[in-house]
Amino acid sequence: MAKKELLKVENLKQYFPIKGGFLGRTVNYVKAVDDISFTVYEGETVSIVGESGCGKSTTGRAILRLDEPTEGVVSFEGTDLTTLSRSEMRRKRKDLQIIFQDPYASINPRQIVSAVIEEAMHIQNAVPKEKRRERIEELLQTVGLQPYQADRYPHEFSGGQRQRIGIARALSVNPKLIICDEAVSALDVSIQAQVLNLLEELQDEFGLTYLFISHDLGVVRHISDRIIVMYLGKIMEISDKKSLFENPQHPYTKALLSAIPVPDPDKKKERIMLKGDVPSPIDPPTGCRFHTRCPYATEKCVTDVPELRTLPHMKEGHQASCHYIEEIHSGEMQPRDYSEKTKIKA
Amino acid sequence: MSENTVNEPVTAKRVNPRLENYKMIWKRLKKNKAALIGGYLIIFFILVAVFGPYLLSQFGQYGPYQQNLLNKLQGPSAEHWFGTDNFGRDIFTRIIHGMELTLWIGFLSVLIGMIIGVPLGIISGYYGGRIDNIIMRVMDVLLAFPGILLALAIVSVLGGSLQNVIIAVGIFSIPAFARIVRGSTLSVRKLEYIDAVRALGASDFRIIFKHILPNVMSPIIVQATLRIATAVLTASGLSFLGLGAQPPMPEWGAMLSAGRTYMYEAWHVAFFPGAMIVLVVLAFNIFGDGIRDALDPKMKQ
Repeated sequence: MAKKELLKVENLKQYFPIKGGFLGRTVNYVKAVDDISFTVYEGETVSIVGESGCGKSTTGRAILRLDEPTEGVVSFEGTDLTTLSRSEMRRKRKDLQIIFQDPYASINPRQIVSAVIEEAMHIQNAVPKEKRRERIEELLQTVGLQPYQADRYPHEFSGGQRQRIGIARALSVNPKLIICDEAVSALDVSIQAQVLNLLEELQDEFGLTYLFISHDLGVVRHISDRIIVMYLGKIMEISDKKSLFENPQHPYTKALLSAIPVPDPDKKKERIMLKGDVPSPIDPPTGCRFHTRCPYATEKCVTDVPELRTLPHMKEGHQASCHYIEEIHSGEMQPRDYSEKTKIKA
Repeated sequence: MSENTVNEPVTAKRVNPRLENYKMIWKRLKKNKAALIGGYLIIFFILVAVFGPYLLSQFGQYGPYQQNLLNKLQGPSAEHWFGTDNFGRDIFTRIIHGMELTLWIGFLSVLIGMIIGVPLGIISGYYGGRIDNIIMRVMDVLLAFPGILLALAIVSVLGGSLQNVIIAVGIFSIPAFARIVRGSTLSVRKLEYIDAVRALGASDFRIIFKHILPNVMSPIIVQATLRIATAVLTASGLSFLGLGAQPPMPEWGAMLSAGRTYMYEAWHVAFFPGAMIVLVVLAFNIFGDGIRDALDPKMKQ
């Protein structure tokens, strides 16, 4: 199957300067996203998962240039978005849309729903003026709202309904790629399922591609084709959903997946407990970012930065960035027991 | 999906949040008696300024410039309600005519301050970075001078006239608007829906005027009301010093200045213009305070 590349991110970096001192000089950087590369193919759903502060939302915002990325190439259908002028980028935004996390904050409370969607169409001139009303009602029906609700204000809707309005707004300009930035995290579980199903239906109907940013592994498992695991601004593992959940290679992914609760009280499950906190992205650990918390870490992990690589026992397209994939896989290396480690130290 | 199949109740009350918001503000304003009095006084002053001179020309016997030296420095009486000044002019008539001048100065100079200050504040808050730094440092320089001193300096450069007083007071109102608007813009800019319209490809112009400006309107209104009081006071002060309105004009500050020479023989010549200045300033101040309390979201339960 020939897959068409829709979005290709290469060596994307997003550093936020920290100003300090008397003259407000830049004293340091928060390395929110540090040199990541990945590809999204047309029609698929790629998820980015990771704990808070790992740079997943920043990646989404950098792709859309809501924050100008520090470095790197974001090619969308072959054009590098980072080199476009502001007005060229404005026109390009038609193809890339975003759905935000907070359905209460992402709609201007002073605008009625039809005005919100109308504005989107007006900005991109996506629909001729006479047809806009018709299209608005059509869109509302598409996302599961009623046309008569078009003249209501956002506060008259529930959270789930507002998220649908957000989706309708994103759809109104006929985008190719939609970035869902924690799009269902603020909703309760039953509504989450509805919105996820809606997103899937829309994908089938309009051939959309999603970049789905979430910390919720259950949601990610449900919706994704492929998954990117991020930790402290770096990609730890990229894989299709099946092999990631069944055969995680990176120690971080293993720890992350072991945190998913199993709804079976009889099934004993080994939970990999990570010690300590996520280190600060201002001064990230050298070598492998995960070495401070990794139960397998060695000297090499402190000094050498691991590359994303695929090994023979892994499925095609499954990549992990760890120096010891083989050793861990073959059982040659066993996780260090933390109590033992502290004993040695003492 | 159950949430979509709920039928629309026929009697559903349509609520416009903007209208609702105004009603809320009015409700809160009504509770504040002092502010209401201030508001009514302001309305009364405006009516006097608009219709007063016309009514006087119809029913009164005196013009604002009409002298009667035989009748000079008369105390308040049925004939001359506020007495007469050193040229025998009727002070009541002059005060009514001065009302228009005073309000003009107040509104116009604040308008100038607003027209320049608000865009500067929005640009500063929206773009941030170097532009923000430059604009705000210039504003700091303006703020470093005491208000009347700055106005005094500007008027002495431009030359003393009523028009220049308005410009001077306008200029010294700029930093107050710029600062307040910048602060509000900073908080509004971070809202997610601003990002959403930006992601849709909206121009900065559109974002600023359609999405930011309406949200920073309330602090602007409050500031404008309070500023009018300061502007009136400063303008009167300048006229008092002889830098503003020139002698025959029935400007209150100038009248006060002329009257102070006769303070011992005829207190009323200085008293009535002075009292009117106090009254106008007080009305705008208490009304502004009331509006601030009514618009302040922290007051919301």
